[in-house]
Amino acid sequence: MNLTAIKVIYFNEMMRFWKTLFQSVASPVISTALYFVVFGSAIGSRIENIEGVTYGLFIVPGLTMLSVLTQSISNASFGIFFPKFTGTIYELLSAPVSFYETLIGYVGAAATKSMILATIILATANLFVDLNIAHPFWMLGFLVLTCIAFSLFGFIIGLWADNFEKLQIIPLLIITPLVFLGGSFYSISMLPDLWQKVTLFNPVLYLVSGFRWSFFEVSDVSVGISLFMVFLFLAICIAIIAWMFRTGYKLKQ
Amino acid sequence: MDSIISIKGLSKTYNSGFQALKTVDLEINRGEILALLGPNGAGKTTLISTICGIISPSSGTVSVDGFDIIKDFRKTRAMIGLVPQELTLGAFDTVWSTVRFSRGLFGSKRDDAYLEQLLKDLSLFDKKDSEIRALSGGMKRRVLIAKALSHQPKVLFLDEPTAGVDVELRKDMWKIVNKLRNQGVTIILTTHYIEEAEEIAERVGVISNGELLLVEKKDELMQSLGKKQLLIDLKEPVKEIPSSLEEYNIELNEDGTQISYTYVVKDETADVSEILNKITNSGLLLKDLKVEQSSLEDIFVDLVKEES
Repeated sequence: MNLTAIKVIYFNEMMRFWKTLFQSVASPVISTALYFVVFGSAIGSRIENIEGVTYGLFIVPGLTMLSVLTQSISNASFGIFFPKFTGTIYELLSAPVSFYETLIGYVGAAATKSMILATIILATANLFVDLNIAHPFWMLGFLVLTCIAFSLFGFIIGLWADNFEKLQIIPLLIITPLVFLGGSFYSISMLPDLWQKVTLFNPVLYLVSGFRWSFFEVSDVSVGISLFMVFLFLAICIAIIAWMFRTGYKLKQ
Repeated sequence: MDSIISIKGLSKTYNSGFQALKTVDLEINRGEILALLGPNGAGKTTLISTICGIISPSSGTVSVDGFDIIKDFRKTRAMIGLVPQELTLGAFDTVWSTVRFSRGLFGSKRDDAYLEQLLKDLSLFDKKDSEIRALSGGMKRRVLIAKALSHQPKVLFLDEPTAGVDVELRKDMWKIVNKLRNQGVTIILTTHYIEEAEEIAERVGVISNGELLLVEKKDELMQSLGKKQLLIDLKEPVKEIPSSLEEYNIELNEDGTQISYTYVVKDETADVSEILNKITNSGLLLKDLKVEQSSLEDIFVDLVKEES
């Protein structure tokens, strides 16, 4: 195991985060604040409590998940796409580093960034609403697993994409709609029957639901199923990556 | 000779079906400077990329210092440094951070003193905190060399090292190459500039169409394939070559003022004095004469022509 290599890849990726620290911190703080002003205060005050939770509080887990999902994907995909794009990937390929070490370095850094981001969002949310987390351990568990799973997913996209358009298309056309329609800002019990059933096919629903349960003990689906779905998604990503590793997919001929 | 890299039956066919390497066998000696010559698209970069692990071989084996490049990739890759042909660098990294990154990536322990000396040798030290994007092309090339040497490799590959490089950097580069050679580092460079090979290499390999046509000591190659040309200027132009000289490989230029005799240095049948005798006997008056030796370039062009 080339631990030194994992370390330098990890810290090199984290450096990018620190270099754009203001942007990295300011944008989630501002967007979270805006969501709270619009949905929490302006509109939220006219929305009834959902299963005993005020609307302002209710959207916190969904809002966090929205950012964590999109940021995990964008950080991890960009991290591995950029060396491919500039050609610096030659160094990774010629170094005494295995594919898995590369993966740990890149995905570890992307997941760490998402964790930092989630912390900032939750801290900002706490300024607007009084946040009480019912199950902090579970909350952390869901968060860490989601950050890792979606950073892995981002890594896959980064390997798959051979241009900037492909890099953007999945987060934009698939992930964002799934998050918005996955009960981030509403409970699916508010939907007509048919749409409730359709939503059950949306994997993001399980993430948001489980995450929300850890805050308020309120969920659309049972926590066990949520947890199962997170692990399933994680397993699928690992399987795809293992296949990519075996075939040298788009990295090595 | 003790070989450090041993290539046996190496071939590479890309997914597109293009066969870039056709069964290459090559032994690279420890501590030598080997130049791989070949036209663009001959397979030079494919060959070194395969040894470095950037491309997987289709068949055949390569070992570095006795270790297989696939089974023992950690050991072989740690021994190798590669300076790629393209100026591929992260634009926003600083010189210092990118060199340190390379060292770590290759699994070497942090050694700032070594890296500092390395940057000084490459006249990069005063730029160590500059971002790569602020550097000139020549400076970027130096950074690539620094990255390749950051983990003190035993074998250094230079892929087209002087493409787009000015005289000063070229001189510096050969200085570094010599220094490394004296330290026992094996150096393999690819080039399509013959002067480069002529200048610094000890052995020359010629690649064309994915085949290694020959590998020989530079001097021997010059001797065995080197041609000389005897050029004779005449006082008065003639219309045709005298019949007594027809059996030789002699040509007359267009305006009839110069006779040229081409011969292979090693060829025993070549007899310059006899030819000179016959020329004087035939009544031609000599104005001047000179002998030209073919360069590696001519040898190379001939070889590649023969091949195609």
